[in-house]
Order: sequence, then structure tokens, then C-alpha cells
Amino acid sequence: MINIDALNMDSRELNKKIKESIEDGHKEINIINVLGQRFIGNGIQNKELKITINGTVGNDLGMFMDGVDIELFGNAQDGVGNTLNSGTICVHGRAGDVVGYAARGGKIFIEKDVGYRVGIHMKEFKENVPTVVIGGSAGSFLGEYMAGGILVILNLDSPKIMKADAIGTGMHGGKIYIRGDVNANNIGKEVVILDIDDDDYKILKKILGDYGKKFNFNSEDLLKDNFIKLKAISHRPYGNLYAY
Amino acid sequence: MSVLDKLLPEFFIKVDRDLCIKCGQCVNNCGFSALLQDKDKNVKPIHEKCVACQRCMFVCPTKAIQITKFPGTQKHNDYWDPEYINNIKKQANTGGILLTAAGTDKLHPIIFDRLFLDACQVTNPSIDPLREPMEIISYLGEKPIDIAIEFKDNSYILKNKLKPNIKLSSPIIFAAMSYGAISLNAHKSLARAAKESGILMNTGEGGLHKDLYEYADNIIVQVASGRFGVDPDYLKRAAAIEIKVGQGAKPGIGGHLPGYKVDDEVSSTRMIPKGTDALSPAPHHDIYSIEDLAQLIASLKEATDYSKPVGVKIAAVHNVAAIASGVARADADYIVIDGFRGGTGAAPTMIRDHIGIPIELAIAAVDDRLRKEKIRNKVSIVAAGGIRHAADMAKILALGADFVTIGTASLIAMGCTLCQKCYTGNCSWGIATQRPDLVDRLNPDEVSKKLVNLIRGWSLELKEIMGALGINAIESLIGNRERLRALELSKETLDVLGVKPAGR
Repeated sequence: MINIDALNMDSRELNKKIKESIEDGHKEINIINVLGQRFIGNGIQNKELKITINGTVGNDLGMFMDGVDIELFGNAQDGVGNTLNSGTICVHGRAGDVVGYAARGGKIFIEKDVGYRVGIHMKEFKENVPTVVIGGSAGSFLGEYMAGGILVILNLDSPKIMKADAIGTGMHGGKIYIRGDVNANNIGKEVVILDIDDDDYKILKKILGDYGKKFNFNSEDLLKDNFIKLKAISHRPYGNLYAY
Repeated sequence: MSVLDKLLPEFFIKVDRDLCIKCGQCVNNCGFSALLQDKDKNVKPIHEKCVACQRCMFVCPTKAIQITKFPGTQKHNDYWDPEYINNIKKQANTGGILLTAAGTDKLHPIIFDRLFLDACQVTNPSIDPLREPMEIISYLGEKPIDIAIEFKDNSYILKNKLKPNIKLSSPIIFAAMSYGAISLNAHKSLARAAKESGILMNTGEGGLHKDLYEYADNIIVQVASGRFGVDPDYLKRAAAIEIKVGQGAKPGIGGHLPGYKVDDEVSSTRMIPKGTDALSPAPHHDIYSIEDLAQLIASLKEATDYSKPVGVKIAAVHNVAAIASGVARADADYIVIDGFRGGTGAAPTMIRDHIGIPIELAIAAVDDRLRKEKIRNKVSIVAAGGIRHAADMAKILALGADFVTIGTASLIAMGCTLCQKCYTGNCSWGIATQRPDLVDRLNPDEVSKKLVNLIRGWSLELKEIMGALGINAIESLIGNRERLRALELSKETLDVLGVKPAGR
């Protein structure tokens, strides 16, 4: 394991340091005093690497990342797991906008609230199914244009009826699970609200089990509460838009 | 079907019974099922289905088949064009958005045709490119403001640390066309030709098929709002990375690749499920400002260890010069500006035909602005959208571009006849289709040679033009508006172009 003190380092310097540590063969990197540095873990392909971060990270934590396990003790800004390929990002705190934008694999666990446009255009292909779990609540345009993957909102400290608007607009694949409820006029016209069935329950049990381990609480209890599912009506939402 | 639902055919297929030998090649070759054979092997046309892609005319061994405009006519009307009438009927039937493909076919003023190049006479000599060196090698990327050279041990050493630049044998790049919009064989042809010609092709936004990995040094990969196929490997298997913000054929709107074009291979390359619409949102959801763009550029550079140029493609719109200035300051290494004649695999007709400005004006305005702001060296300017021949290329370079991209011209070299039906997925030439029977007829061995020939021909012509101008290096042509004159253009247009009227 190697310790990196990020105090007074700019983003480029810190990321260079991380990459050098990987080249030196380190499998665990512990970074302290992070204060707004961007692009941490950006584009790194490594299935055995664990990066622990203490502080507040800047935008695009783990963007394009492939396989790394990142654990952040602190808050994150925008773009956590932007275009994530695989790996795990766990944030013990809040995160900003566009968490998991266009992710096509990997897991993103956020302890508290997140901002707008979370899970936009997530995708999936065969065994690559991205999973994003938000412990708190989320802002508007949640899961917009979603083409695949699983998005879970737990609303742990928030009103159980989500305040966000335009949830799932343009969604054409994947699933959004919400603990609590949404108003029908706050969702996109391309999605329907469904009750969860046995398969959903199994999926949630597995995901919440993983999530509970990260944040040390019994997630099984949550499953006793009411969950709903949002699902796309069609894989081709705009198939009838054109005059040929 | 009511008579109100019916549209008159656009084209009329005439089969000459005396010449026809009933070989059936036209029937087999029609991607649109507009030709059938009856039990006596007589060819039966279905005029309504014909799109005038001309494949049947090219393959017919006896020239027994002809496609003409439908001879039945409407009362002549210079204002209500038959196309507009037909479109209204289509929309009355469906309530949909009119869809089209390729670059606009409308008769907007063509500035290129009003511009004329200079030549040397008496006072300074023209150059014969056949006998004398003529340098058209071009470098894509940021240039230093000045260079420091040290003379040591009998050789010159460049002391500047240069930003990554890509060397191209000629200032031509194959325009971005995605796998999905066009076929894998078409993509392979472009990649092979780019490698052989020493230039670049651009994947478009549909990811990079594994068969193209070996051409990485000649490939620009695009990162668009849909982020299709974008993973660390994709970014590494490229000579340059391009953020696609806009496209000349459809500025300001996203792309919808219909689910029926997303087969197994397209789905694995785009990394989305088979049969799903591949929807590119209108904006990148992580770019809502110039600062956000700067961040994505930085992120891509960080992910690739600052080893390759990162460019940005925008459509030529009203404030293109100010936008380009922002893009240059956001640390892009090149900017592609796509004019309103740029092509597409699918675009709403109203958008294609009515949004954007001509590339000639956009390039002149951007080059002028970046020079005035003293940041012209920070980016290569790439002109796209409707470059038809080497003279268009020479003119746009003289107006300030460093490179041109050719999309439509390269498709024509591959067989395209501009029928504008790319979005149907039935391309008879095997280009804009994923139907295996159609894709198979485009042979990358054959077609890549056509593309290599095209690049060779245009490069030779560019050298000829430069020779006439008495210029022996491409850098002396770029932005050299003094060597252009204009015929019958308004004062305002001349002012934007920075070009004098002919005779002055």
C-alpha cells in the first residue's frame, strides 16, 4: 500500500502520482487531503486496484474507469462514474449531478443525496449491467434516456414521495427502483410505474445486500418497505416519430 | 386504402422489353424491392418503391432499364414545389416528422462557385509540381507560437516541447460516419484507404468494431452524447479523439439510429442491446457550458496520458466564430466546423434544409477571429460539409482551414448515388445498411482502392493548383485570401470572407 498526500497538488499532478504508483506495482492506494482534484481514477484499467480517498473530490471521479475499486470518505462533485465501464465507486457522503452518465457496467454506491440528471443514458450489454444505488434522494431528470442498467433510489432521509421531476424521460431500457413512490405527473411519458414482482425482489435483495455491507446497516429491513419500479414502455420510444 | 392516402410515385422505371434478356440482375440488386420477376421472368416494376439509387441501371448488362422522374405532372407552380406538396400529403397520412438523409439538396447560394483562385504570370514564376517538390503534408494539432532551435554537433535541435500532432500525407480526412449508419464493410474500406493513403478516418459516434483495431494509427474516435462504445480501450485505439457536439446536417439535435439497424454486430460495437434505438441526446449531459467542455477535453487527455490530440466538432451556426474561440480556449487541439451542406445518415428534413450557415463563411469568420485573438496556433481548423472537388478544398484552405473532411465525396467513390434513403437501411450499394445480403456486395478490397485513388487524385490536383499559385508548401495556402477573388458576391459577404471582388 502507498499513501499519497494530495495537499496542494493539482489534479494533473495527483493523477500522475496515482498512475506512477500503479506502475510501481501497488495494489492499494490511500489518498488523503483531497480537496477538489478532478479525474481521480480516470481511464484506469485495473481489476486488482483499490483506491481509498479521504477528502472532497472534484468532478468526474472514476470517469471511463475499468475495474478499479474506489472508496471515498467524503463528498463528491459532479460526474461520479461518468461513462464508467466496470469497477466499484463507493461514496460515503453526497454526490453532485450526472452520477453514472452513460455507464455501461460497474457499481456506484452513494450514501446520501445526489444532484440532477443521475443515471442519464446508462446502458447495458449482455453481462455488463451497471448498478447505481443512491441512499438519499435524487434531483430531476433521473434516469433520462436510460437504455439499460439498474438505478435504485432509497430515499433514506427524504420524503418517501420523490420531489424530482421528469423521471425516466426518454427511457428505453433498464429499470429504476424507488423506495417510496412518485407522482404520475413527475415521470416521463415513456415509462410506466409497476409494483415489484418476485424477480425484482431477488434483484433488490442482492443489490441492497452489497450496499448494506458498504455502509454497515441491515438492508434487509428496507425490503419490508414499499418499492416501485419504473420501466420503459418501448425499446423504440421514437419509432413512430417520423414520416417516411 | 383511400385515394387520399396515396402518393404518386417519385420515379418511373422503364424496362425495354426488346433489350431485356430476363437475367434478373436488376431484381436481385434492388435493395428496395421495387423490381419483381413474373413466372415468365418478365421484369415488373413497382414504381412507388423506387428511390432512383440507380443500382439496376448500373448492373443491367443490356441497358434495358431506365429510371426517370415520374412523367405524370402537376400544374406548374414555381412556389409550391411538387416535393412540398408530396411532403404535406405524407405528413397528413402519418403526423410524423419528415426524415431525409445526405446533405441538403436545396439550391441555396453556392459561394464556392463564386470564388476564383489566382495564378502566377510573369512577375513571379508558377511552379511545376511534376518536377519540383510540393509539400502538402499536414499536421493535425496545436502548434507552438514560435520555435526555438539550437545548432549543436552539426545538426539542428528543436527546443520546444510540442503538443501531440498527427502527420497526414494530405490535408484530407474521411468524415465521421458511424458504424450503424454505414456498414462494417464501408467502415473497413475507409480504414484501409486511410492507412494506405496516410490520412485519417473517423469512426463517428457508433464505436469501433474489433476488426478495425489494427488501423488505430489512422483512426479518429468520436465521443458523442450517446457515448456509444466509449471505454478506455476505445480511447487508446485511436490517433485522435473527437468530441462531437454538432453536425452540419442537423445542428442542435441528437441522432436516432433506428432499432432495426441495430443487429448483433452493431449492438456489440455500440454496447447496447440488439434492436434498441440508439438514441443520442441533443446535448452532452455533462457539457452545459464552455467550462464543461474544457473539463471533458481535460478528462479525455487525462485518460490517454496527454498522448493524442483531442478535437471538437461543431456545426456552422450564427455565432460560430465566438464558439470556436471558446473551444480553442477550452484546450481543444483541433476544431471541425461542419457547414450546412454536411451529410447525414438521417436527419429531419426541416433541420437539414434550414439550419446552419455555409462553410465558406464559417471558416473565414473563425480563422479571422482566432487570428485577431492571437490563438489561431492553438487549433487546427477542419472544414467539413459539401467539399465536392479539389478546387473547393483549395478555396476553403485559402479561406483559413487547415484540413477538409470528405463524407459525401468518399461515399460516392464507394458507389453512393445520393438517393438520400440512408435511414431506410436498404442501401443497394451496401453502404448505409446492415442487411447481410446488401453489405456483402461492398468488397473492402475493391472499394478501399477507389478511395485511395480519390485521395491521390485530389492531392495531385491540389498540388497543381498550388503550383499555379506559385506556392510550394501547404502552409502558404492556408488563410491566404489574397489569392482568392469573388464574382458577384455582395459587399457584406465579401467583408465576411475577407476576399476582394474579381478585377481588384
